[in-house]
Amino acid sequence: MADKDFRVFVLSHFWLAFGAFGLACVMGFYQVLERSGFIEAIQSPQVYFASVSTHGVLMGFVLTTFFIMGFGYLVATTSLKMPIWNPKLAWAGFGIAVFGTVMAAIQLLLGKASVLYTFYPPVQASVFFYLGATLLVVGSWFWAAIMVVMFVQWKKAHPGETVPLPMFANTANAMLWLWTSAGVAMEVVFQLVPWTLGWIDTVDVGLARTLFSWTLHPIVYFWLIPAYIALYCLVPQAAGGKLFSHDLARIAFILLLVFGLPIGFHHLYMDPEQGKGFKMIHGIGTFLVALPTLMTGFTVIASLEKAGRDAGGQGLFGWIGTLRWSNPMVLSAILAFLMLIAGGFGGIVNASYAMNAMVHNTAWVPGHFHLIFGGTTVIMYFAVAYAVWPRLTGKALISGSLPLVQLWSWFIGMIILSTPWHILGLLGQPRRISSVVYNSLLTLAWDPYELAMIIGGAVLLGSAMLFLHILAKSQKRGEPVTEQAAEIHYAESEHPVVRMPALLNGFGFWNLVILALMLANFGYPILQFFLIKTYGSTGWGY
Amino acid sequence: MSNDDNQHDFPDEAHALKGSSDHLHIDPLEKKWIYVALGLIGVFVATILYTAFAKHVHPPGEMETIDSARLHLSEEFAEDNLGVVTQADGSVKVTLVAARYGFYPREIRIPAGQPITFRIASADVLHGIHVPMTNMATMVVPGYVSTVTTTFPKPGEYPMLCNEYCGMGHDHMWSKVTVVSRESWQAGNTQTQGR
Repeated sequence: MADKDFRVFVLSHFWLAFGAFGLACVMGFYQVLERSGFIEAIQSPQVYFASVSTHGVLMGFVLTTFFIMGFGYLVATTSLKMPIWNPKLAWAGFGIAVFGTVMAAIQLLLGKASVLYTFYPPVQASVFFYLGATLLVVGSWFWAAIMVVMFVQWKKAHPGETVPLPMFANTANAMLWLWTSAGVAMEVVFQLVPWTLGWIDTVDVGLARTLFSWTLHPIVYFWLIPAYIALYCLVPQAAGGKLFSHDLARIAFILLLVFGLPIGFHHLYMDPEQGKGFKMIHGIGTFLVALPTLMTGFTVIASLEKAGRDAGGQGLFGWIGTLRWSNPMVLSAILAFLMLIAGGFGGIVNASYAMNAMVHNTAWVPGHFHLIFGGTTVIMYFAVAYAVWPRLTGKALISGSLPLVQLWSWFIGMIILSTPWHILGLLGQPRRISSVVYNSLLTLAWDPYELAMIIGGAVLLGSAMLFLHILAKSQKRGEPVTEQAAEIHYAESEHPVVRMPALLNGFGFWNLVILALMLANFGYPILQFFLIKTYGSTGWGY
Repeated sequence: MSNDDNQHDFPDEAHALKGSSDHLHIDPLEKKWIYVALGLIGVFVATILYTAFAKHVHPPGEMETIDSARLHLSEEFAEDNLGVVTQADGSVKVTLVAARYGFYPREIRIPAGQPITFRIASADVLHGIHVPMTNMATMVVPGYVSTVTTTFPKPGEYPMLCNEYCGMGHDHMWSKVTVVSRESWQAGNTQTQGR
C-alpha cells in the first residue's frame, strides 16, 4: 500500500469512528434531557430506548472498534517500519465491518433493535441487528489476524530482537479481542440468530447471559489498551521525557491480557443462574487485574515527574507545574489519570462481591463507566487523534489552543455529568429508565441532580462538536507539513532496552495460560446448562 | 487453580524472569510500589473474604430452575400462593412474580428487624428488583428462581423498582413495600393468624 493509500485507509477508520461518536453524543444529550422528565413534549419511551440502544452500540462497538483498528494499523506500520500485510484483506475487513455497522444501525434507528447494547434476550430484535453486529466483529477479526501476522513476520525477520513496545501491546490487544469476542459470537451464532429465525423455539437466558459476561469485561480492556499504548509510548515523548519502565510495561500488558479475560462474572453477581463460588473466584480475579493499572499509573506518572524535573520543577510537587500543560497529549494524560482515580474508586465498589448489591443496575453504574470509558479512555483517543492527524492528513492542526479548550471542556463536562449520576445511584435511581414516575417521596430528591446532568451533557456535546470541527477544519485548511515533521515518535526507554526473555516477547505461552484460566473459570459454569434441566424462553417484543 | 495464589506468584515470577535474563530492569522504587499495590489488593480481597465467610454476606446465586411459561401451574408461584407468609418457625417468606409491569402482589407489608426471604420468578422477560437504600436486590431471570434473604432495619414505605430494562413500560414497573416495626407486626399478626 503506497503511503497515500495507507493514509486514506487509516483516515477512513478514524472518520467512521468519530462520526459515530458525534452522532452518539447528540443522542446522549437528548437522553439526559428526556430522562429528566422536565420537558413534557419530548417524553417517549419508544424514542428513548431506541436512542439508548443506538448510543451504546455506537460508542461501545463502532467508535471503539474502528478507532482501535485504525490506530492498530498505524502502530504496526510505524513501530515495525513495515507496510500492512495483505492490504486487500485489510480493506475487506474494513468493508465487512462497515457493512455490518450500517445493517445494524438501520434497525437501531428504526426502533427495531431496542434491546440495548447488551442484547437482553428474551426480548427479541430484528435478525438484521444481530447479523450486522456480528459482521462488525467479523470485520475486526481480519484486523486482529493481520496484526498477529505482522508481529510474527517481524519476529522472523529480526530473530532474537525485542518487538517494539507499541506493537507488543497492540498485538496483545488483537489476541485479547479474539478471545473476548468469542463469548458474544457464540451467543449470537448458536442462540440469538437461530432463535430469531425460528430454527429453535427458545433460548436459555442464563446461558446467554453467561456467554455475554465472557465478553463484557475484557471488552473494556480492548477499549483501554490503545489508551495505555498512548500513555506508555506517546505521553513521555510529548512531555519531553522518557519511559520510566519499559520492561514492566510489557509485564503490565501481559497481565491485562491474561487476567482481564477470566473475570466476567462480576457482571453476574446478582444473577440466579451462577453459583456463589464462581462469582467469588471471578471477583478476586477482578481485584488482581487492578495490578497492571496501578503499575501503569506509577510508571507513567514517574515518566512525567522526570520530565517535569528536567524542565526545572523542584520540590515534592513543583514538577507538576512545569509539565507541558499546553501539549494536548500531556494534558490528556493528566486529565485521564484524574478521571481514572475517581472511576477506579467507584469500580472497587462495583467489583466487590457483596457490596455491589447496593449499586447494581442503579444510576451509579453508567456514572462509573462514563467516567472511566467516556472519560479516561476517550480523552486518550482524542489525544491520539490530535497527535497523528498531521501524519495522516499532511496538515498541521489549525490551532494550538482549541484542542486544549476541547480537552478541558470534555473533562469538566464529564465531571458535571458523572458526579450526580453516581449520587443518583446511591439514592436508588435505576439505570435504563426513560422517565421518573415512581410515586414515592424518595424520588423528589433526584431532580436537582437531573438538572446538573443536563448541563454536563450539554458541555460534552459542545466539546464533541469542537473535536470534530478541529479535525475536519485541519484536514481541509491546515498548514501543510513535511512528512518528516509529521513522523510519529515513540518514547525512548529510560534504561536501554535489551534482549527480552521469550516470555516478554511473544504470546504462545500466555495463550495457554489463558486457555487454562478460561476453562477453570468458564468451563463448568457453561457446561452446567447442559447437565441440568433448564427451561428456555420464547421471544418477546418490547 | 486458585487466583488467590497468583498475587503472590507475581513478584517471584518477575524474579524468575530476571534470572533468565540479566538485563530485565525493575526500578527498586517500582518494586516497592508493586508490593504496596499487592498489599492494597490483598486488603480488599481479605475484607471481601471476611464478610463472606465470617459474616455470611453473599450475593444471590442458588442456580434453581423453573419453567417461566408455566408459573401458574407450579405449586409455589401459583396466584393463590403469592405474598407474605409467616412460617411455622416465625420466619417471614415473600413469594413474588415479576411480570410486565409490576411485582405481584403489588403491595406487601413486612416486619423490620428480622430476616425476610424473598423468592421471585419471572413470568416473561428479564427483570431486576431493587428496594432503594436497602440490600434488597437481585436479577430476575426467566427460567430461574431468585432467592434473597435480607433484613430491613428501618420501618417506612419503600418503592420496589424494576431496575432492568424489560420493555416500553419498564419505567412504570414498581410495587410498594411497607416495612412496619416489629411491635405493630406482631400485633397485626395475632389478629390475622399467620398471614
